[in-house]
Amino acid sequence: MSQHYTATAKTLHWLIAVLLPGLLGLGFYMHDLPLSPEKLQLYSWHKWAGVSVFLLVILRLVWRVTHQPPPLPAGMPKVQQWMAHAGHFALYVLMLAIPLSGWLMSSAKGFQTVWFGVLPIPDLLGKDKALGDLLLTVHLSLNLTLIAVLLGHVGAALKHHFLDKDDVLRRMLPRLAATAD
Amino acid sequence: MQRMAPAFALSVAFGAVAQAAEYSQVQADKSRIAFSYTQMGVTMDGHFKTFSSQLSFDPAQPAKAKAVIDVDLASVDTGTTEGDDEVAGKQWFNTPVFPTARFESGSVKALGDNHYEVAGKLTIKGQTRDILVPASFTAQGPFGVFDGTFTIRRGDFAIGEGSWSAFDVVANDVQIKFQISAASGS
Repeated sequence: MSQHYTATAKTLHWLIAVLLPGLLGLGFYMHDLPLSPEKLQLYSWHKWAGVSVFLLVILRLVWRVTHQPPPLPAGMPKVQQWMAHAGHFALYVLMLAIPLSGWLMSSAKGFQTVWFGVLPIPDLLGKDKALGDLLLTVHLSLNLTLIAVLLGHVGAALKHHFLDKDDVLRRMLPRLAATAD
Repeated sequence: MQRMAPAFALSVAFGAVAQAAEYSQVQADKSRIAFSYTQMGVTMDGHFKTFSSQLSFDPAQPAKAKAVIDVDLASVDTGTTEGDDEVAGKQWFNTPVFPTARFESGSVKALGDNHYEVAGKLTIKGQTRDILVPASFTAQGPFGVFDGTFTIRRGDFAIGEGSWSAFDVVANDVQIKFQISAASGS
């Protein structure tokens, strides 16, 4: 009965599930810090992690396109099915757009991104203060949208598990835990 | 060959005239003092918007050259307002107490091919250090252009104290790049 996601899809899902809230929290926290060596260090870490998540999301998309995910429960209303697809689509778009906006913002603000301090990522934009401020607004707005969609995502998964009592949440959980009940 | 001799003589004569020029009228709008450093492994650039220079340089007598450059430290442009405010503060330049940095040349050594080594004293934040500045000279029409790059250690001048005094986030080495243009004249 239970059709699970592949182990690769699960690994990528949960890895990103751990990284995203961390990146979000770090982003809001570091932005409000007064300028200090710690702040500069945290910004670098945030950018390194952001680039890493971007690459993981690309990997996920490739996997998603080449591996059919298990279908939604047959009895699920059409509107809910549509919302589930729209929500997942929005998550993917945001998970790509947010690191891209962060990268462009860094360039416009004159701070090149050097992944783990080793691999320089080229600046697509020159230093431009007004553009940097605009991109900060874009980065922030996209992240607020992400928080909203993530809350919807988690809420929907919990609703499926506890109210609908279907396998939508379980099929993304590690197999051991899923078969234990 | 014989026919060219007069022209050759003429150019030598003009050359001599040009050589006699002393470059002393600094063109502030054509001069620039910039710096770069690494922060978390990333190269960062900045420059100073305001500085004044007194210069006298005669290519025929480089040993007599003199240069005094005063940099208005509060005119620093690090690229962000937050950075500019921070660097003007007590832990960095402390501009209310030490508003200017000064370079004063001492002896000038000609290295040949329009390259020179200028020994001088650099004073920042009350600390004076002897430094050697390489400079190249190019005559561009009525202007003499001096270019050079040298490296100082910010720790030598207590630039970046307290939590900034470790060099793991902001490196100790700061590269200074200058271009000073002066008209010959008097």
